[in-house]
Amino acid sequence: MNEMTNKIIGTPLDRVDGPAKVTGQATYTADYRPTGKTAEGFIVEAAAAPGKIRKIDTQAAEASDGVIAVLTHHNAPKQNPYGTPEEAGRFTQSHAMLESDHVRHVGDPVALVIAETLEQARHAAKLVRVEVETSEGTFDQFAADVEIAKPDSLDGADEVDTSTGDFEKEFAASDVTVEASYFTGAQHSAAMEPHATVAEWDGDELTVHMAIQIVAPGLKAFANTLGIEADKVRILSPFVGGGFGSKLGVHNDAILAALGAKVTGRPVRVVQTRRNVFSNAPHRSKHRQDLKIGADASGKLKAISHDSLAAMARNYPFAEAPASPTRASYFAPAIKTTHRVVEADIPRVDSMRAPGEAIGTLTFETAIDEIAEQCGIDPVEFRLQNDADRDPNSGAPLADRRLSECIREGAKKFGWDGRVTPGRRREGNKLIGRGMASAIRPNFLVPAEAEVVLSANGQLRVRLDMTDIGTGTYTILTQVAAETLAIPVDQITVELGDSHFPASSGSGGSFGAASCGSAVFDACGKLSKLLQQRLSGKGIAANAISVEGDRVRAGGNDYALADLVDDGALTVKGAVDPSEFDHGEEEYSYGALFSEVEVDVDSGEIRVRRLLGAFDAGRILNEKTARSQLMGGMIFGIGGALLEESTMDTRYGSFMNRDFAEYHIAVNRDVPELEVHMLEGFSEKSNPLGSKGIGELGICGTGPAIANAIYEATGCRVRKFPIHMEDLLQHLPQG
Amino acid sequence: MHAMHPLRITVNGQEHRADIDPRRSLLDFARDSLNLTGPKKGCDHGQCGACTMIVNGRRINSCLSLAVSHEGDEVTTIEGLAEGSDLSALQRAFVEHDAFQCGFCTPGQICSATALLDELKEGLPSVVSSPDKLAEMDEEIRERMSGNLCRCGAYNNIVAAISSVAGDKS
Repeated sequence: MNEMTNKIIGTPLDRVDGPAKVTGQATYTADYRPTGKTAEGFIVEAAAAPGKIRKIDTQAAEASDGVIAVLTHHNAPKQNPYGTPEEAGRFTQSHAMLESDHVRHVGDPVALVIAETLEQARHAAKLVRVEVETSEGTFDQFAADVEIAKPDSLDGADEVDTSTGDFEKEFAASDVTVEASYFTGAQHSAAMEPHATVAEWDGDELTVHMAIQIVAPGLKAFANTLGIEADKVRILSPFVGGGFGSKLGVHNDAILAALGAKVTGRPVRVVQTRRNVFSNAPHRSKHRQDLKIGADASGKLKAISHDSLAAMARNYPFAEAPASPTRASYFAPAIKTTHRVVEADIPRVDSMRAPGEAIGTLTFETAIDEIAEQCGIDPVEFRLQNDADRDPNSGAPLADRRLSECIREGAKKFGWDGRVTPGRRREGNKLIGRGMASAIRPNFLVPAEAEVVLSANGQLRVRLDMTDIGTGTYTILTQVAAETLAIPVDQITVELGDSHFPASSGSGGSFGAASCGSAVFDACGKLSKLLQQRLSGKGIAANAISVEGDRVRAGGNDYALADLVDDGALTVKGAVDPSEFDHGEEEYSYGALFSEVEVDVDSGEIRVRRLLGAFDAGRILNEKTARSQLMGGMIFGIGGALLEESTMDTRYGSFMNRDFAEYHIAVNRDVPELEVHMLEGFSEKSNPLGSKGIGELGICGTGPAIANAIYEATGCRVRKFPIHMEDLLQHLPQG
Repeated sequence: MHAMHPLRITVNGQEHRADIDPRRSLLDFARDSLNLTGPKKGCDHGQCGACTMIVNGRRINSCLSLAVSHEGDEVTTIEGLAEGSDLSALQRAFVEHDAFQCGFCTPGQICSATALLDELKEGLPSVVSSPDKLAEMDEEIRERMSGNLCRCGAYNNIVAAISSVAGDKS
């Protein structure tokens, strides 16, 4: 094997797309410039909903400078009804826009103004006059008179409800109990790149440049919406400016751009404004989570119940699974979980980074902290003594369970020295507290295909419809190819985000690197074997080969690639079949988070002073990008604990804080020096690479580690998130 | 019909003369009139910093500034920081320290950091500075980079990247 390339997986290789990104040369969707003259589309949103459009006056807009067309439900091309076919699921069913006089929610598009320039379109959009006759809507799942239902399915979890053991009996027999309701706010993924699409038709063929995480189902969404065949659609998404769940599927800009391009015969660009994104792209529902936990006097868990209530956007089937971590974190003889939803007339609710665990660990790990304290047991010890040796819910064996290792490693690195009496640690006018929590996130492997093309000159192209949403995919796949084929990194080009390439997992659920990496691993392995066969065919023994320049090395000699490839290039396909890894064991990534906060004794201002995570994500594919992803997740966790909440005016169903001045994500100075420790590992049962999901793991556990630290600092247990200074103000010591 | 306004402006060392819509922001002028798509529109409200450019030596949110107000100005965008394929020290540091993930905020981060280094050199104070001296370097950087949002959460690495270059300079 080539000395230089045989150990490249795992090394901290700089991002191969780094130079493009630091010079402004990486082209995101809105940067794409079609050959034809592009027209700009601007969305006109409904100001009230639900209801019917009684009147829409577009005359002034149409007469305005530069306007090419104004699309409304009167003149929009015919589409298949929204939400059909029902069985297709949310990523592929019809996403019809401007289809009727019905207005679903505040912010629902009622018109698209298309003009020569953005300034013209934006101005004309203000001239469209819309009257909506509203009907009574449901906006608040916590209201008294709502209809609560069990969803048909949950995102990322097998069962909506679970029950093992006899909860009532075990809870009644518990020596110590915690019973509390926790509230988590609605949140927006708020990727820095607003959703954007440039659509072009060539006859009956549609090409869309768009920001999307998972390409292949998007083709079907266009097909099901527009009534065309999926093979008439091409999606291109080479660079995506962050997704965090909000770009998993096709959203409003995409369909509107396709309709606009159809009507005008021009390429049409629709870039959502930041305000648009808060209602024309999905969000995480606010949740109420009711937790009951019982333990015996020695701190052994006996009974856990976790009941979740969320909103589901009407006609958009998605329900989050906050009780997912409750089913898997600790052993108890009885565990009962339920998820309920209220159909509401609000913007779409969908996955946001670490769906389930982000808000599930936030509440559950806070409750665990509460019961540990009531038992008089250190929170680290409490978690260690309740670790599970089989899946607490299903009873199935656990593959590669390393939660306790993460907790021990984190405690050691952090210097955890037990709890102090809440409110007792003080430096000047700052109350200091420390807290910790476990992190857990299911590990997935999903089908993916890839192709590799080796040219006679030694250039290797790796192609699949996978996206790099900041996750480092270009780089990681380069490393997998380099090591598997023993070929230098600079001879590899990874090409992503084109639906003409083999269908992959896409980016979501932390399954991208494992699934796509395994497909590339398979393709390169096959290519390597094929080269060996061809060498053997020429009488050359080749047990191990490597590629360097345009030569293949084998058995101490080297041979021209040109003699081994047909027609100048060799193309090989590879894939990963998750059923081959279906061994009946439950798989998770694990972690433990430790934090130290300070709370200003006068104002209640909360600052995170230290945040440390110890993680097990199996084999690390790139030490640098993996660390970055974990840090990014931890910062998302700071947001969930302290900052982020989309506030709805529940009288009218409108989000009120639709920009970055009012929807607060962490800024640079909100974030202390983060400490990340990754356990060495190889999860052989997970996939051929031995890796596990990492992109969402850092969020899990971070929020409750901070919340538990705030409790230690102040003695005040806040059960709604984000925790704000005003929640603490009444509870701070006087003077 | 909106009257077009004449504009003479120098961008990345090159002088441009154009008749432009007075409603056009400096950001949209760069992106749509000059086809310089490095600067990004993350909010169009001056809240995220993805559009940061350097105008006459100072960093500004170009989405909040009308292009016509920049008659005669010297503007540097992300495209103007490298010399051919020779990346600037900050650009190299951003790659080395993995100071970005999706990369969408990166052009703004780097323009902002480029001007920040000059501010530090001039000793211009920030809210974390004492009356007579600057705070510790990383703290000054964290504060001064807080107008550039990064949703992927590359903040630690951004501070490390800038700090490595600021350290070299001092």
